[in-house]
Amino acid sequence: MTLTSRTVMAAPRQCCCYAGMLLWLSQRGAGAFAPRYRGVKPVSVLMSQARCTQTDTSTKRAVTAQVDLGDSAVPWKAVVGLEIHAQISSNSKLFSRAQVQFAAPPNSLVSFFDASLPGTLPVLNRRCVEAAVMTGLALNCRINRKSLFDRKHYFYADLPAGYQITQQRLPIAVNGTLTYRIKTGKKWNQMATRTVRIKQIQLEQDSGKSLHDEEKSQTLIDLNRAGVGLMELVMEPDMCCGEEAAAAVRELQLILLALGSSQANMSEGQLRVDANISVHRPGESYGVRTEVKNINSARFLAKAIDYEIQRQIEELERGGVILNETRSFDYKLGITMPMRDKEGKQDYRFMPEPNLPPLIVYDSRSLPPSVDPQQVVNIDLIQERLPELPATCRERLVEQYGILPEHSYTLVNEDGLMQFFESVLKVTQVEPKKVVGWVINDLLGHLKLQNLTVKDSRISPSTLAELLTLLENGKISSTVAKQVFQELWEDEGKSPSQIVAEKNLQLITDRKKLEEIINKIMEEHPEEVIQIRKGQKKILNKLIGLVQRATKGQADPVLVKTILEEKLS
Amino acid sequence: MLGLTLKEISTSLKKGQVSPTELCQRCLTFIKTAKCLNAYITVTEEKALKQAKEADKRYRRGQPLGHLDGVPIAVKDNFSTAGIETTCASKMLKGYIPPYNATMVQKLLDQGAVLMGKTNLDEFAMGSGSTDSIFGPVKNPWSYSRHYRKKLVPSRQLETEDSNWLVTGGSSGGSAAAVSSGTCYAALGSDTGGSTRNPAAHCGVVGLKPTYGLLSRHGLIPLVNSMDVPGILTRSVDDAAIVLGTLAGHDSKDATTVQDQFQSFELPEEIDVSKLCIGIPREYHASGLSRETVALWSRAADLFETAGAKVIEVSLPHTGYSIVCYHVLCNSEVASNMARFDGLEYGHRCEIDYSTEALYAASRREGFNDVVRGRILSGNYFLLKENYEKYFTKAQKVRRLIANDFLQVFSSDVDILLTPTTLSDAAPYVEFIKEDNRTRSAQEDIFTQSVNMAGLPAVTVPAALSDRGLPLGLQFIGRAFCEQQLLMAAKWFEQQVQFPEILLEGDLDSLLTDYTPKQQLYKTHPVS
Repeated sequence: MTLTSRTVMAAPRQCCCYAGMLLWLSQRGAGAFAPRYRGVKPVSVLMSQARCTQTDTSTKRAVTAQVDLGDSAVPWKAVVGLEIHAQISSNSKLFSRAQVQFAAPPNSLVSFFDASLPGTLPVLNRRCVEAAVMTGLALNCRINRKSLFDRKHYFYADLPAGYQITQQRLPIAVNGTLTYRIKTGKKWNQMATRTVRIKQIQLEQDSGKSLHDEEKSQTLIDLNRAGVGLMELVMEPDMCCGEEAAAAVRELQLILLALGSSQANMSEGQLRVDANISVHRPGESYGVRTEVKNINSARFLAKAIDYEIQRQIEELERGGVILNETRSFDYKLGITMPMRDKEGKQDYRFMPEPNLPPLIVYDSRSLPPSVDPQQVVNIDLIQERLPELPATCRERLVEQYGILPEHSYTLVNEDGLMQFFESVLKVTQVEPKKVVGWVINDLLGHLKLQNLTVKDSRISPSTLAELLTLLENGKISSTVAKQVFQELWEDEGKSPSQIVAEKNLQLITDRKKLEEIINKIMEEHPEEVIQIRKGQKKILNKLIGLVQRATKGQADPVLVKTILEEKLS
Repeated sequence: MLGLTLKEISTSLKKGQVSPTELCQRCLTFIKTAKCLNAYITVTEEKALKQAKEADKRYRRGQPLGHLDGVPIAVKDNFSTAGIETTCASKMLKGYIPPYNATMVQKLLDQGAVLMGKTNLDEFAMGSGSTDSIFGPVKNPWSYSRHYRKKLVPSRQLETEDSNWLVTGGSSGGSAAAVSSGTCYAALGSDTGGSTRNPAAHCGVVGLKPTYGLLSRHGLIPLVNSMDVPGILTRSVDDAAIVLGTLAGHDSKDATTVQDQFQSFELPEEIDVSKLCIGIPREYHASGLSRETVALWSRAADLFETAGAKVIEVSLPHTGYSIVCYHVLCNSEVASNMARFDGLEYGHRCEIDYSTEALYAASRREGFNDVVRGRILSGNYFLLKENYEKYFTKAQKVRRLIANDFLQVFSSDVDILLTPTTLSDAAPYVEFIKEDNRTRSAQEDIFTQSVNMAGLPAVTVPAALSDRGLPLGLQFIGRAFCEQQLLMAAKWFEQQVQFPEILLEGDLDSLLTDYTPKQQLYKTHPVS
């Protein structure tokens, strides 16, 4: 339904009837908050990429963003901290019973509280508290047995109460760490482990959404998201480049997914990352920082940060100053731009939330005896039920299956790939080391090529298992296996055995048949035969290759080699 | 009949002496007659008659829901009522119809109470006179009482009739006037700094402020969340206990209500106060306290002493800081609570729409009166980062000290504190408005707001008539969640003083035909 400003204004507004209705307000005002293009030229790639170089592995890591800017000899150091908002995966909102759902019709999931009708009060959702505690434990945080809620005030159209309920003074979790790995070279095995400190995790409400209609000069408000539970994670400025930040965020996503505490999808806005960035000369104090917002993928996060580091260095090299400002990342242009001035210096006028008593969480020892377990959050119970986290998972894969650590990374980091891998192993005797190669190189390769995810795979784990068993049992050659894989990918209907049978792709083990072929090839290549007999054994491989070509890769390679060696000795 | 207590009318209903519909109609008629009091913002005539009809059926079946079934009640217009306009006496909410009932309203309706309407108040409950309402001030029914009229000095009588009328006190003045005049048997008020007790005292009715956390605030449009409690206004202490029993208890929609099960109680007729220890706080001898109130207070203390109670002087040393501290905390929360009124989702919206900020500013300027805007302004000032420690934090610390004062007194022998409710009797409107809202609030709430800071229960009981023939109330303050003990003492006191019934005459009387029988009924038919 489209509502023009006129009709809505004329309509009597008595109470709230939200279903399927959008509220409007004037565009021009809200526009003041929208990104402004303020004479920032799309400075395309006039600078080299900032690179992370590890110079010290001790606790106080000094990581330098070495930037080659021609005549500038002194390197700069970049410091990156992140503020991450993770939407809690829960059925209902943080303080109301309204449902949480992505992409529902506008204003269809709005309780009286979410619309801030006068007299409504917040009632804390236990599930959200558990999600935050779970996340805190997974990130090695100290869980505060008592935490508090505060009101943060600002006027904005998609914040109906005029304040957000958050945890400013005493958050639910503090002092954690996140360990992640990052590639330091081109090769997979060139990786380093990094740790970023988690300052705190706080529970807070999400805001609604403003949809700006430039043409009609109006803003439509959707309150479906208003009041959804968020975990704000504050990461200390322990990172130094976009790649590190992206790797940290990726690891966090995996942890949140494993916990089920958030869907952590950046493009759907379940994970929103703001980056605080500054640069300084080594030995000097940190520079003025900027905050970059509006980043909706890990890839863009890396890009935005690296761009911003370059921009700041350039600015300083030019003798300019860095303003403490909020900047927005334009992914199309690949640049950051000033977003809104902090000149008005927002004073959020924080105040304790009087309608919520302190949030108390217990452990098994402090749990009051008479209390209903359904009414309280028990940290010990959550700790016990914590699922396997990605880091543990990788270690287990290496240990249990003897695969390479870098392979364990790929298996865990690609959503669903590890499950696929383990499903294959369940129905085949083939060695895990061999399976992992097929899963990562062939399956993932095909998926990536077509931009698909593991759950979209056209080959099921059992099909791959069957194929690999055929290979393992010597029924087909590896060349044929690759061919069958391709056939399976293109034509989902058939099983590997069917394809092998129909196309007659079985391994040729008939000695007579092979001898005939070999004799023919030897006749056609007398030069090679002489050289081999002279002792140039390497040439043998060429003949083997020719035999395989002649048999379309179906010849039993061991038998071919034996026959050739016999004949040429 | 309209002058009976709730308990009495409940008995009459059960005996079939009157039917709920009949009673409802009488009240509705009288509400119309007493329209000049301006006690009601909205009279829900149709709905009331419908509810009464339902009650009729239950009584005919011999299955009434309880004491409140079929009893006309009124609700302050800052409680959300589903389908009934709820204005807070502000332009900001004029025309706002909530889609849900406040828990207090729901509980009353569930008990079969018949809602007569929504009562007048100071805008958003900010005031102590019920004079700052967009619907005009509430007039104290005692302005038209025989006791007051006959004592008016001749020179004053020469002035226009209207210049002598008195304020009700506030901010629940509409509820107090509604109960006092006889348009309903009980009313809900709200009490943040004395808003129930103050008008109750000025209108000669009982006003109970329960312990914070005992009654749900869900649906009560807040003034100060950490101090607001729903208040109960009735014509007797027994009635207050009955209504309390209906309303008290945990509400899953209000996280600040206590989980403990509430045991409702009835107060005995024979009360022994000889084991009680009554504390008289020294610091409540405030400047401005009228001579006759001091005398009344002293007589009350003597009454208890004579009956064998221990009466001792106690000290609440931080009382003097209370009202300032109250204003800082109150205004800070007000600034926050009022932020939602931006004209977008509901409420008043201005015509200006060239920017969102302009729309906010104009809507709020047009929607709120000076008092509300003044409190928002100062509240936001207190909450500024640079001021927070200086004002808000400090006020919270003082609040703790005030609460500790009470704790200390109650942890000694003292069971109940006895204090005045107000400095003096109700002021004529023309006098009252000579000072601004803030000054009046500071004066009027002097004895009441520290109880809200400490979250304790308190009740005002009409004690005597002043020299001018107007009600004077005394306040009893109890231990947290000890409403039963508190109301026992209050009831005993009520029995001793035999506060006179209001006898309306003059303007009101001349408009009234139903009224004389009411007086007669009360005088000649004491219900057993």
